[in-house]
Amino acid sequence: MSPVHPQLARARLIRGLRWYLKEISGAGAYERFAQQHRQQHPGTPVPTRREFERRKTQRRENHPPTGCC
Amino acid sequence: MSNTGIPRTSVAPRLIWIGVALVGAVVWGTIALSRGEHISAVWLVVAALGSYAIAYRFYSRFIVRRVLEVDDNRATPAERLEDGIDFQPTDKRVLLGHHFAAIAGAGPLVGPVLAAQLGYLPGTIWIVVGAVFAGAVQDMVVLFLSMRRDGKSLGQMARDEIGKVGGVAALIALFTIMIILLAVLALVVVKALAGSPWGTFSVAMTIPIALFMGCYLRYLRPGQVVEASVVGVVLLLLAIAGGGWIEHSALAGLFTLSPKTLVFCLAGYGFVASVLPVWLLLAPRDYLSTFMKVGTIALLAAGVLIAAPTLKTGATTRFTTSSDGPVVTGGLFPFLFITIACGALSGFHALVASGTTPKLVQKESQVRMIGYGSMLMESFVAIMALVAACVLDPGLYYAMNSSSGLLGSTVASASQAVSKLGFTISPDELDAAAKAVGEQTLVARSGGAPTLAVGMSEIFSGVFGGAMKAFWYHFAIMFEALFILTTVDAGTRVGRFMLQDMLGNVWKPMGRVNWRPGILLASAAVVVAWGYFLYAGATDPLGGINQLFPLFGIANQLLAAVALTVATTCLIKAGKLRWAWVTGIPLAWDVAVTFTASWQKIFSADPQIGFFAQRARYADAAAAGKVLSPAKNPGDMHTIVVNSTVDGVLNAVFVVLVALVIGNAALVCCRVLRSTRPLITSEAPYVKSTIDTLAGGRR
Repeated sequence: MSPVHPQLARARLIRGLRWYLKEISGAGAYERFAQQHRQQHPGTPVPTRREFERRKTQRRENHPPTGCC
Repeated sequence: MSNTGIPRTSVAPRLIWIGVALVGAVVWGTIALSRGEHISAVWLVVAALGSYAIAYRFYSRFIVRRVLEVDDNRATPAERLEDGIDFQPTDKRVLLGHHFAAIAGAGPLVGPVLAAQLGYLPGTIWIVVGAVFAGAVQDMVVLFLSMRRDGKSLGQMARDEIGKVGGVAALIALFTIMIILLAVLALVVVKALAGSPWGTFSVAMTIPIALFMGCYLRYLRPGQVVEASVVGVVLLLLAIAGGGWIEHSALAGLFTLSPKTLVFCLAGYGFVASVLPVWLLLAPRDYLSTFMKVGTIALLAAGVLIAAPTLKTGATTRFTTSSDGPVVTGGLFPFLFITIACGALSGFHALVASGTTPKLVQKESQVRMIGYGSMLMESFVAIMALVAACVLDPGLYYAMNSSSGLLGSTVASASQAVSKLGFTISPDELDAAAKAVGEQTLVARSGGAPTLAVGMSEIFSGVFGGAMKAFWYHFAIMFEALFILTTVDAGTRVGRFMLQDMLGNVWKPMGRVNWRPGILLASAAVVVAWGYFLYAGATDPLGGINQLFPLFGIANQLLAAVALTVATTCLIKAGKLRWAWVTGIPLAWDVAVTFTASWQKIFSADPQIGFFAQRARYADAAAAGKVLSPAKNPGDMHTIVVNSTVDGVLNAVFVVLVALVIGNAALVCCRVLRSTRPLITSEAPYVKSTIDTLAGGRR
């Protein structure tokens, strides 16, 4: 196996970290939702990120996540 | 292939695992056998990590393959019911982070600190062994069972698998246990903030910071959680630094609050937070708390490894074999296993494992990493907390954690009381310790949080230099208070839904989750319920933590008994009697611990242990017109009598409810084993999965 160039490894690490932060914070959820919406309801306008986020927090209103002790 | 016929690739991993086992054995031997000498905290860390590695590699694999028989060709509810909101196949590494953040709270930080009274050895063994064979097994199995049932909650599974009586008993037990949990966690905050303007200011500032983040995410940059959280964390650090300035300013008096005032502030906050829109306070506080939690735990782990502090507590202490400890009263069995719940075995994790997580799992085999792995991480957090408590000088530890009745209110009386326990710390040393962390006093600062904060400030000072000790102390206090308050927000809301659900059976409008009067009434009822226990704890002359923490531990472990009962019943009903020991043995152990502890708390004739013996002692003295220490007047005597009675009755109610669940489950299991009819499964029907995780998408 050839050794990975340090610069490449660093770039890969930064990319990985950015992806993880985006996913764990839920920031990537809108893009997935929009993609799914386009596939399932072609021709209808995709709700904006603002609308999507409002719907998400509204959902939490009646379904609070159980935190632990 | 080698000429022996054994694949070459299998030799290296085997040698590595043999090496891990040998290192682990040597390290455990060193920890267990060292007597009369101080050892480095790194030994504890290596012993724990080695044990986790072996348990994860072998035991968790055995359970998922042989016992649960996970099937990655079977579609999970996340795939079958995908709606982009509740059900969503999620990357396992992301879900591990979410699940860990949901299960990790103040529990694994507080319990080990209190259990440090017994020395580092008993706590370390229980945290590691308990997590490997009980806690992580419970979390993973409940996650799997819920996932196979489209993400049903523990209460629903109890009702479906055990029956109506067991199901109703489980729901009532869940609600009452939740109330005690919220009260005890809030009490930890009260004990940490009372008389501390620095701490109170920085924790109070988390509210406007969360409100700002909520508006930022709602109106300015929707969805940019990382961005908002970074701004929030910077503001938090400024608030901590600002607290130091407040302490020496004219505003100090405004933020120097008594325990009683703090109780009313917290209850008011809990009510308002539970009825405000989620986006405004709860959601941003949750983001902030998660980032702080994960960041600080990682910092603490790095700090322990870099600073390699020496443990000043012995492997065992004289309280290991006696039952008169000043921090936790009662013998090692069962009270060590009650005091350290989260970190070894926590029933509350079963609520998370049957909540959001099962609806997000992409592939069945991932329950191993998410369920078992997260619990091992939580166990590691508990080890860190134990280390932070054990690096403190024992004299300081007992001066902080014994009850105020024993210590008195001055450094001189505390120093004298500590010397009677067999440890030494001078009044000047106590003053200097308090001054170093920017506090007026550290005497009788029980509750675990201040001790952990002093321990963390010692460790961080060892890494970053000693000049910022006061900052690190308040950083640790703020970090604990932040996620306890997040639990109080969310817990009050969850409690409100539980109560509305139960009351809706009696009076329909109460069950409507959007009916405003119902929301306000149910929220107020939940806050009054936990507020009562919080007030009782904060004003208890015997020290609220000493009284309520055992009840909290018993409640949490009884909840684990419910979860393990549901798990064992499901295994037996699935025709897996031969593997029922996997959850059955932890259940038997947990029942032995919780029922023994409850028996002692209810029936012990020793007033230090038994609630009713304590009640009788103070009631008899009050009737004779006497005032017994630490009570100062007849009012205090009356308070002790009322609190002991309420605590004793509540403990008895918990045990009866859980005994009902277990008894009902035993009947169901016997019926299943005697039946000749084919077994009926309550699992969702099999649907073939179309997700290929290796290819990164659907087939």
